[in-house]
Amino acid sequence: MKEHHDKKILVLGVIGADVHAVGNKILYHAFTDAGFQVENLGVMVSQEEFIAAAIETDADAIVISSLYGQGELDCVGMREKCDEAGLTGIPLLVGGNIVVGKQDFNEVEKRFKAMGFDRAFPPNTAPETTIEALHELLDDK
Amino acid sequence: MKPVLLVDFGSTYTKVTAVDVEGEQLLGTAQSWTTVTTDINEGLNKALAILEEKTGKLEFTETYACSSAAGGLRMVTSGLVPELTSEAARMASLGAGAKLVGLYSYEMTEDDIEDIKELKPDIFLLCGGTDGGNKANILHNAEMLATMEPAFPIIIAGNRSCARSCQRILEAAGHTTFICDNVMPKLGTLSIDSTQSKIRDVFLGRIVSAKGLTKAASLMNDIVMPTPAAVLQAMTILAEGVDGEAGIGELVGVDVGGATTDVYSIADGMPTANNTVYKGLPEPYAKRTVEGDIGMRYSIHGIVEAAGLSRVAKMAGISEARVTELVDMLGNDTETLPGGNDELERLDKALASMAVETAVTRHAGKIEETYTMMGQTFVQSGKDLRGVTQIVVTGGSLIHTKDTAEIARYALADASHPESLRPLKAAVRTDRKYILAAMGLLSLHYPAAALRIMKKELEEDGYSE
Repeated sequence: MKEHHDKKILVLGVIGADVHAVGNKILYHAFTDAGFQVENLGVMVSQEEFIAAAIETDADAIVISSLYGQGELDCVGMREKCDEAGLTGIPLLVGGNIVVGKQDFNEVEKRFKAMGFDRAFPPNTAPETTIEALHELLDDK
Repeated sequence: MKPVLLVDFGSTYTKVTAVDVEGEQLLGTAQSWTTVTTDINEGLNKALAILEEKTGKLEFTETYACSSAAGGLRMVTSGLVPELTSEAARMASLGAGAKLVGLYSYEMTEDDIEDIKELKPDIFLLCGGTDGGNKANILHNAEMLATMEPAFPIIIAGNRSCARSCQRILEAAGHTTFICDNVMPKLGTLSIDSTQSKIRDVFLGRIVSAKGLTKAASLMNDIVMPTPAAVLQAMTILAEGVDGEAGIGELVGVDVGGATTDVYSIADGMPTANNTVYKGLPEPYAKRTVEGDIGMRYSIHGIVEAAGLSRVAKMAGISEARVTELVDMLGNDTETLPGGNDELERLDKALASMAVETAVTRHAGKIEETYTMMGQTFVQSGKDLRGVTQIVVTGGSLIHTKDTAEIARYALADASHPESLRPLKAAVRTDRKYILAAMGLLSLHYPAAALRIMKKELEEDGYSE
């Protein structure tokens, strides 16, 4: 049980009415193997569930996947709700097929950053890229 | 013959049940008023005298008792997030047979502390944070409780990383504390056994004597648990069976009382279909809920509020104005029984039906249909009781009527509320002789005898669909 004290805690899940479970499992294993304590909420997770889980587990970051193209709508207001719930400044990461159709990802990333996300990842991002970003955001904190 | 005496000190009646554990049969039952203000043995002795008029003189070899007298086991809980650790704390307390008089989430305030002083709980259950998770909230709440004069023991069952810190804060202020396993050690994992057994220990060790229940306890060698815990125990044995004797399978139990309606389910209830996603905290296999606003007398107005005046009036075949009048009357004269009065019998039947419907609907899980890119998907929260095929009913309004099965039908699923995961069809068993709590007590030492007596004595009241 000592692991709790030295591992960074991530809340992980697939947001919205999205039932893509495979990528979620892959991320869970990749993050766990990388030394994180992962609280995996699975599929069809609402913003409120991410926040409740992050409060209760005192999470260091929230990692959101979205594979069905509606992620942008599902993520609106997430940062504000985190602020309201006292999770001020918690790193928010999002990745997958997070927008409808093929769009210039630089634009997409800008929009998600404007919504308060710390990182947004395009389709086909390797878990290692996200792990690297997590280390950048969380190490020495 | 080996007669064993089982006593249930209820808030109103002291009920005694005599069984022969060798012959595995019920010898008799009797009841008298509970006399908690003078000496609890007075009511007990009266009930025993009535019992022995029926059975003849009995030399009891053992005696076990449960109690919900003197307000029952009153608890206040605190957790962090309402749907997570606060909910886990609630389930832990109710399953231990407590009467939950206060439930707090997030940081408690000075006003909350004032309220808790007024509530005068018997036990406080302090929770919050998964193991290794949030510490700040439970530490804050411990600090807040430490500002109070010590008045009740505090069970600490939150984030294990700071359980000792909470204990130090509280004990420095003179409070008695006990540390138990976190009620939610990991997100979505319920772990309430250690807390429930501690609640029972505290009930035995402190509360029974503090409430004057063991004053001159010549007849009693032990009050072993709160009454609702005994009923839950009976339901569990009845469902699961014991070594060498099968139970009746997963069940839903309903106890419609004067002030509250308790619902029990001994069932797994997790999703069985592939296209169903479960949301929220998994619920305990043996689950108890209490509806404080649903009862046949003290809480009669709550039933009408939940069901709607027009529905009650229509079911009873009485005008709305007259229902209002009668409900006010019964809410005041709480001892009134229908006693052959046709109008009151019809009203009580309608009210009991609505009490069952409301309480079981609140106890059972819900399912929601959504459409995703992958097609139709269901989101379930709470227990899916659709496959449960046994309903056990108890409580005066259900056992003193010929219409038990008709009333119990309202525990079942109905087509107008497809989202409610109540049993689809079930056999109804009625606790006509009021023996469930007694059988829960008996089952602690004689589980097979308790099971066989229940199977024999719980009358089958037909089948409802």
